[in-house]
Amino acid sequence: MSRLLPFFGFVLLAALLAFGIWWNSSHDPTAVPSPLINKPAPSFALPRLDQPTHSVSKESMLGKPYLVNVFASWCFACGEEHPVLMAESRSLGIPVIGYDYKDDPNDAKAWLAQHGNPYDTVITDESGHTAIDFGVYGAPETFLIDGKGVIRYKRIGPLTPDVITQQLKPAIATLEKEAP
Amino acid sequence: MSKALRAWLVFMLIAFTAAVSAQAIDPLPFRDHAEELRFQHLTSELRCLVCQDENLADSNADFARDLRHKVFELMQQGKTDAQIKQYLVDRYSDFVLYDPPLNIHTWLLWFGPLLILIAGGFTVGYTIRKRSRVGTPAAPTDNGDDW
Repeated sequence: MSRLLPFFGFVLLAALLAFGIWWNSSHDPTAVPSPLINKPAPSFALPRLDQPTHSVSKESMLGKPYLVNVFASWCFACGEEHPVLMAESRSLGIPVIGYDYKDDPNDAKAWLAQHGNPYDTVITDESGHTAIDFGVYGAPETFLIDGKGVIRYKRIGPLTPDVITQQLKPAIATLEKEAP
Repeated sequence: MSKALRAWLVFMLIAFTAAVSAQAIDPLPFRDHAEELRFQHLTSELRCLVCQDENLADSNADFARDLRHKVFELMQQGKTDAQIKQYLVDRYSDFVLYDPPLNIHTWLLWFGPLLILIAGGFTVGYTIRKRSRVGTPAAPTDNGDDW
């Protein structure tokens, strides 16, 4: 029995290694859990990309659920996400707000003109100050905010067709069931 | 290695270190040296979220600079270190702190090593007692496994 002990030790270590590999491949180890889920979204008032004199605020969006998608023209992963949004944003059934993060408005306009605009409205946060309140630390990130202004779902990293079908659409369906 | 070459290498090493750390620290209008020290201490305890193995004080990332400015702004508003940390934890979770707080998610992290130590102590105690009862020598006879 005691001769087999090193073998059991080895099996235990191998199992631990296998678990570690599985864990790291099925989870994004750099994703930071958002403490803001099920908390009120921070108040914001940001200028629109097409009409900088008009702003969109948390108050003006109350009453209906909407999606906020943080993107930037400098963001590589946003380019990967973009075709998915182009294909899916209309089928979500809720307004999709583009949140242009730490970006030159002219670059953002050129980027949207080149790749297409999947957003109902685009707001700009050039300084990135409001983004800190949202707990944003990179792009792309996506927030689902309900009619009461509460953050209900957050995705860090690009939206993929799988994420949209398996996570985002069920989350939107839950919101629609709540609202009469 | 010649003396001159060695001196040159040391000089280059120091010069580069200075250049790198000077880059990470952007000029902020501190009131006095004490405030600057407090700022340096506080940002060294906060994690940069885009470059997760670096702290906020040392990171060159654009986002880290934004958070440093936010920390500075909150300091100017007269917030305490605890309030500033709470501000960031509210937005970025406990993950932003390098020193993990003791709570339900981290108790294993804090007490796990102690549990392993206790378990090891029991194992050693049990083995010693068993051997002394049987009367075998505590040290096993050399069987050639010298590793």
